[in-house]
Amino acid sequence: MSTEKQLYTVSIYTENNIGLLNRISAIFQRRHINIESLNTSPSEIEGVSRFTVVVKMTEENMKKIIGQIEKQIEVIKAFYHNDEETIYQESCIFKMKSDLLFDERQIQNIIKESNARIVTVNKDFFVIEKSGKKEEIELLYRELSVFGIMQFTRSGRISVTKEEMKISTLLETYNN
Amino acid sequence: METQTIKNKETSTKVTERISGSEAIVRCLIEEDTKIIYGYPGGAIMPVYDELYKYQDKIHHVLTRHEQGATHSAQGFARISGKVGVCIATSGPGATNLITGIADAQIDSTPMVCITGQVFSHLLGSDAFQETDIVGISTPVTKWNCQVTKASDIPEVLAKAFYIAKSGRPGPVLIDITKDAQMEMFDFSYEKCTKVRSYIPIPKTAVSSVEAAAKLINGAKKPLVVWGQGVILSEAEEAFKAVIEKAGIPSAWTILGASAIPTSHPLNVGMVGMHGNYAPNVLTNECDVLIAIGMRFDDRVTGSINTYAKQAKVIHFEIDPAEIDKNVKTDVAVLGDAKVSLELLLPMLNKNTHPEWRQKFAELYAVEYEKVIKNDLYPTKEGLTMAEVLKEINIQSKGNAAIVSDVGQHQMIACRYAEFNQTKSNITSGGLGTMGFGLPAAIGAKMAAPDREVVSISGDGGYQMTIQELGTIFQQKAAVKVVVLNNDFLGMVRQWQQLFFDKRYASTEMVNPNFVAIAEGYYIKAKKVTKREELADAVAEMMASKEAYFLEVCVEKEGNVFPMIPTGASVSDIRLE
Repeated sequence: MSTEKQLYTVSIYTENNIGLLNRISAIFQRRHINIESLNTSPSEIEGVSRFTVVVKMTEENMKKIIGQIEKQIEVIKAFYHNDEETIYQESCIFKMKSDLLFDERQIQNIIKESNARIVTVNKDFFVIEKSGKKEEIELLYRELSVFGIMQFTRSGRISVTKEEMKISTLLETYNN
Repeated sequence: METQTIKNKETSTKVTERISGSEAIVRCLIEEDTKIIYGYPGGAIMPVYDELYKYQDKIHHVLTRHEQGATHSAQGFARISGKVGVCIATSGPGATNLITGIADAQIDSTPMVCITGQVFSHLLGSDAFQETDIVGISTPVTKWNCQVTKASDIPEVLAKAFYIAKSGRPGPVLIDITKDAQMEMFDFSYEKCTKVRSYIPIPKTAVSSVEAAAKLINGAKKPLVVWGQGVILSEAEEAFKAVIEKAGIPSAWTILGASAIPTSHPLNVGMVGMHGNYAPNVLTNECDVLIAIGMRFDDRVTGSINTYAKQAKVIHFEIDPAEIDKNVKTDVAVLGDAKVSLELLLPMLNKNTHPEWRQKFAELYAVEYEKVIKNDLYPTKEGLTMAEVLKEINIQSKGNAAIVSDVGQHQMIACRYAEFNQTKSNITSGGLGTMGFGLPAAIGAKMAAPDREVVSISGDGGYQMTIQELGTIFQQKAAVKVVVLNNDFLGMVRQWQQLFFDKRYASTEMVNPNFVAIAEGYYIKAKKVTKREELADAVAEMMASKEAYFLEVCVEKEGNVFPMIPTGASVSDIRLE
């Protein structure tokens, strides 16, 4: 087992419950583990939520944390995967001055080349959205920052795994 | 929804009744066979107390003198009976005062349900009077918690609370109920909870893992069992005894495992850990197979983890998957209920006696006896030792008393020297080390098991942390025997200061009150002993008393507990002096 720290995507299937976020984040906080990003959303199963947490740690510690997460009553199952085992994306939004769109032709090229998308334009500002890997988003940020960014925000990672997640089967066994 | 309601009415034999949320809370407790609860009233829980008044022939509410006392009493109740302990408090400070006991129950796997009142739901988040986010505060120290804002949710949530608290690896559950939910009327019916979709209380024992364990045990030349509270919680005592007897394995216990088999059992080789016995600690680093059963390799048990049983193959019988490989790497993990797993294991084991290996334990015991035990039990110097008091209690109780200890030197001595014939007899705060636990826990234990002799043993420090519970003893006429081993010091901290801080006794000296007068102030019979020749008679008088009795024993001021594994040292580097 690797003793080197690496980035893991933790996928946690849970009941949809107030307070569970607190319970899960406390597991990391108590062990002084910084959460790189966190996202919660519905999952493919009705009534089941999915947490996607990105953390950097050794595999040995990762396994222990998974044990602590699964121990929580309303957690159905937790998995951890490295980057090779997942398909993952992040999303970001830039708000910039509309004048730039006309004054700086280069911006249009940057948007095009980075596969970003203009969401809206009005006379004061325009908004660009981009989904992709963290590095791509960081590159776009660097390229745009020279022109001045009014607002920037990036989402947490969302991901699906290459392997099958047998949550439905699991839920059936719980029921029996 | 409409059709479902009709269907339920047809199939269910239960008739719903229109009652208030607060009455429902009490009715749920009755449904869960709760006969005693511990608590303290206040604004946000008053509707429930009003119902408790109405149902007082069914549920006995014990008014403790502080909410912390209520939690420890509920814990004592749970630990001696194996049932769920219940406590109840109001919002705000009432709720926060429960936290220490909840944290204690969490780390010591004690089944407990705590019910707190909460401000009206429309006031939540407004910093209302006595509002506190108790669900947020208690999250890291509860097995489960939940806030209820609708009366109709009460039966289901409370049923779930009892199920979660008791099943699998037990633990504390807190249910916070807003005052409007308590007052709201609804159609009540109750159904016990038997499963929760996302929760597997007991992993199914894999036969292959038991076979792998049996193979290692059968091949072992120097096996050692270390058992913990899991044996008691799973009520696996008989199966456990059968296993160690058949395979002839010397067996040592963690502090919470004590009393699962009698102290006098020939295979019982004593306590492991920081102040445990010499032989099992030293031989942990000599055994070839270490069989851990229902224990969690706490740092107080293992000493330095890097030098702990490195030579041994480790088998871990455990109910909680998160404990496997948490502290000590296992070669064979047997997940499941200890009783189920041990019953599966028994027929797979070869008969064995390991005479040479067991002889080593006897030899090291002789060393410990000479260096430590003899001087503890039969001191030749003037000052009374704590162990002498335990010896007298053993003589009087014939090993049948439940010993409820607090935290510190006296606790280590109590666990080292108390004799136990019955399981669930050693009640103490193990994981959290909560000073003040003992006295209220003893009250709960005595009320759960009125036919048993319950002896509370505290030091002068911890005793004063919950001394107000003498009032509960008096009001409830709980016949608890209260022993304070007084050395006018916070003895364990003083011992560390002596050994590791060049005797700089910073804030460990206690200037103590007249303890006898305080007990007598609560109309409790009381006596103080300062001389050896008075001790036996005083203990005999205490144990013979039909009522509560307080006994202060002034012991030597600077006595130390040995053996001792200094922090960070290996179990085999245990010091005898």
